[in-house]
Amino acid sequence: MGYLQGVWAVWLREVIVFFRERERVISAIVTPLLWVLAFGGGLGASVQVQGMSYQRFIFPGIVSMSVLFGSIFYGLYIIWDRKLDFLKLVLVAPVPRSAVFLGKMLGGTTDVLIQVGALMLIGIALGLASPEAFIYAIPSAALLSMCMVSLGLIIGSRMSSPDGFNLVMSFVMWPMFLLSGALFPLDNLPHYLEFAVLLNPMTYGVDLMRFAFFGIARFGPFADIAVLLGIFLAFAALGSKSFERMQV
Amino acid sequence: MERKPAIVIRKLSKSFGKLRAVDGINLEVYEGEIFALLGPNGAGKTTTISMLCGLLRPTKGQANVAGFDVEKESLMVRKSIGVVFQQPSSDDLLSGRENLKMHALLYGMPSEGREERIDEMLRLVGLVERQHSRVKEYSGGMRKRLEIARGILHRPKILFLDEPTVGLDPQTRQHIWGYIRSLPEKEGTTVVFTTHYLEEAEQFADRVAIIDRGKIIAIGKPSELVSKLGGDTAFIKAKQPQKIASKLRSMKFVRSIKVGRNCVQVRVGDCAKNLPKMLQALEGVESIELRPATLNDVFIKYTGRGIREDSPEGGYWERIMNSEKGR
Repeated sequence: MGYLQGVWAVWLREVIVFFRERERVISAIVTPLLWVLAFGGGLGASVQVQGMSYQRFIFPGIVSMSVLFGSIFYGLYIIWDRKLDFLKLVLVAPVPRSAVFLGKMLGGTTDVLIQVGALMLIGIALGLASPEAFIYAIPSAALLSMCMVSLGLIIGSRMSSPDGFNLVMSFVMWPMFLLSGALFPLDNLPHYLEFAVLLNPMTYGVDLMRFAFFGIARFGPFADIAVLLGIFLAFAALGSKSFERMQV
Repeated sequence: MERKPAIVIRKLSKSFGKLRAVDGINLEVYEGEIFALLGPNGAGKTTTISMLCGLLRPTKGQANVAGFDVEKESLMVRKSIGVVFQQPSSDDLLSGRENLKMHALLYGMPSEGREERIDEMLRLVGLVERQHSRVKEYSGGMRKRLEIARGILHRPKILFLDEPTVGLDPQTRQHIWGYIRSLPEKEGTTVVFTTHYLEEAEQFADRVAIIDRGKIIAIGKPSELVSKLGGDTAFIKAKQPQKIASKLRSMKFVRSIKVGRNCVQVRVGDCAKNLPKMLQALEGVESIELRPATLNDVFIKYTGRGIREDSPEGGYWERIMNSEKGR
């Protein structure tokens, strides 16, 4: 009871705060839209992939990208939380650290899902997604987001200052995005690339998302879900540990 | 009177790399007591509090808070305490009331009576009218009041306050001390606070531990610590301070003498009685200023320096003495 109430309190705070900072929602949607419209539209004028316009092809990839970036940013935000005394208040409360982790993780996932929902609605309006895809995309985004928020929280709780932020961008976020098949089909990749792609958790998220949109997946939806669930469980365990170790 | 300890600290140490922030302190705080940790910035006060709250792990030694070990039974310790941090820690984007509500949830307070308790706390700290404003619109004093309300909302056995009045105007300070002082009686709370304001420790604490460079250098009732020093301080301005100093040295009631360029600082036992004798014997005194002993003198006795570099304690002469020492 006390445990769940703790998770609930931490989650509730994150959601209330999210709705009070509407600018964050807007900026979280503008970047993916730019990708779709400028990159997808520009390159798509001369390229077709798997029998569809390139813009249509990359939209699930861009949705996954907004999940990835939104989730990891959210998780890393804990570095700033730690600088302020606000996080101390939560850590000094009689709530197990794993409950704090879970509350934060679910809070971040909720935030990201709201962003994804808005992005999907715009996608439907632009004719890039079907209403049916919306229904499948949300749970897929949820699973991917749970993995990525956990990863962000793990990194954030172990980093001592925001100075490492750029390193995380260059060595975690961009490689995960670019090596995930979000922007290109995974067929006929050169071998060295294929290896990296297969090791990347994001690959399975993008694959699942593409299944949600087009009903085709390279690894199959069940394999994707199994891999992502496994990654989530591992990250959640590691994240709870990291929160227990965390000193402020 | 047999008193039960609320906090027991044994050989507690915390190192950050080579720096020993807290260096083997031993301490007991009793139930219902208002206890001050007094010391300059960087003395190890906040680190000590952080260890007692379970936010930092001790490097060595142990501490028992409300009967629970801070390392092994951290959750139980955290259930028994309330903490008010030095830096503002309330949630900017939430209203004052929402902050309290969030706190109640985190502390597992039952929904029954929760709202009433929140109302009661808001009344206590005078924030009823502004309860629905976001905290980012609060002044520093209002914020601190809210944080104190939150610290005691769940009726903790022990309340930790880290520099509770730093940066607040005197009026707000007085206001806040009004509540804190009433806590032991009203709620049975034990209060532990840190401060580098001597006046606060002297005025509000039942007992004080003076802490410097991670060590407790003196502990006791403020009045006892001061009276143990024996005597008040006189600053004598004169053209030939050496001559005056040598005369003073022969007097029985003079406890210590420091000589500056054109003044002498003496500590005198029973000043009221002995001052006239002193003046009779001395020649060439231009002026004399008296200052009763304070905890700062206790601090100086043990460390050789004032508790704050820019110590506002004492008057003009003390500052001159200190600046000459620095040369």
